[in-house]
Amino acid sequence: MNNPIYQLHNIRQLYRKREVLQVDQLEIYPGEILALVGPSGAGKSTLLRLLNFLEPPSEGRIIFHGTTFRQGKEMPTSLRRRVTTVFQQPYLLNRTVAANVQYGLRLRKNPNSHALVEAALAQVGLDHLAQQRARTLSGGEGQRVALARALVTQPEVLLLDEPTANLDPYNVGMIEKIIAETNREQKTTVVLVTHNVFQAKRLAHRVALMLDGSIIEINDVDTIFESPSDPRTAAFIGGKMVY
Amino acid sequence: MNEMSQGFIQAIKLIVSSDPELWQIVLLSLQVSGIALFVSSTIGIPAGAFLALSRFTGRRLLIVFLYTGMGFPPVVIGLFVYLLLSRSGPLGQIESQLIPRLFTPGAMILAQTIIAFPMVAGFTMAAVLGVDPKIRLQVRALGATRWQTTVATLSEARVGVLVAIVAGFGSIISEVGAVMMVGGNIENKTRVLTTAIVLETRKGAFELAIALGIILLWLTFMANFVMLRLQGRTVDE
Repeated sequence: MNNPIYQLHNIRQLYRKREVLQVDQLEIYPGEILALVGPSGAGKSTLLRLLNFLEPPSEGRIIFHGTTFRQGKEMPTSLRRRVTTVFQQPYLLNRTVAANVQYGLRLRKNPNSHALVEAALAQVGLDHLAQQRARTLSGGEGQRVALARALVTQPEVLLLDEPTANLDPYNVGMIEKIIAETNREQKTTVVLVTHNVFQAKRLAHRVALMLDGSIIEINDVDTIFESPSDPRTAAFIGGKMVY
Repeated sequence: MNEMSQGFIQAIKLIVSSDPELWQIVLLSLQVSGIALFVSSTIGIPAGAFLALSRFTGRRLLIVFLYTGMGFPPVVIGLFVYLLLSRSGPLGQIESQLIPRLFTPGAMILAQTIIAFPMVAGFTMAAVLGVDPKIRLQVRALGATRWQTTVATLSEARVGVLVAIVAGFGSIISEVGAVMMVGGNIENKTRVLTTAIVLETRKGAFELAIALGIILLWLTFMANFVMLRLQGRTVDE
């Protein structure tokens, strides 16, 4: 296996003295799709925010491309820009669809932004809505714009926080297809947070089950689904976990 | 009633005849309030955004001061500026080009800037606080620096920020107490629309007072109209 793109060591995250995340060790490898599954409040979204350097860990360190991110140490912008997140809600700016997709490129002063925006919108099937106000879109269209806005920056790491929750099957299928294609063709590393174990099975190479802020089990997708080593993993996958 | 209608007719004639005295007053009003609005917006918009987005000890106290400033009687600010710039005041003793003298447009600009600042900063703060914090998180996640995140947040709050500027303009273009006190309503020097209206009404020259009133209303309407145009389609969404 390649060298890990992320190395997490002894991570603890506290909000108002309450520990919401504790990850002793986690490595994420380039080009893989890692799914983080688990019930609400398991710490999945918190972990994603740390991986996007949106907040520093209360304790421990994250090494990304050899650079350490920890409390009191900001990540350089050039490294931060290799990672981006699509959240459960699209959080579109009050601009046109095209301007939303262009936003990340403008931050990076990319000279080919118009052509890239057109291509990204075509990829998510929304090129005909380029000049429409983004906030007039439906939920599914909005989420596809959010995905296009992330992909157009050609991130090395794409973090997805429940990107298809509450979407109809057509939009779920389309978004999953784009994620799989991007990972396969661009070798983009993907960390996917999902409640949906079937989605994890469809997309991921590795799956981690998180409970109460900790990673209970992490393994390749087949092992997790066919012979999980922890009974809680088996219960969660089997839909028998009470939480 | 007859006096009022006569006044209106005379007023229209005065406006149409391009009376130089009238237009000098209008021009000075626009200059004083325009510069004061520019300065208070230049300081007030970043200050409002800073108060909305930062967390530090004493922030709540500053917000209370700001809200108090929004309701502060302009005449008291006039008094404060008067005392500040008077010969025995702390700034009146300093000989500097940067410090305006009493009974000059500079003193009026200073007073109006102080009046408009809390309006601009307060409304900007409220507008920025109204932007979903998740938008800021999303913008950061897309690679924005802290400065770019603040700019994006202000852009999201643009309708509210424009309202802040409109409120600031409204608070000073129609203000009379402070400019009267620090400007002195001197003919051809510090006479602006509001102080001229007071003077002409006292003199019984109602037609000129009404003409000035119409122009003041028209200017306020036009300023708001331009602001609404600037807000563009966002207002209709």
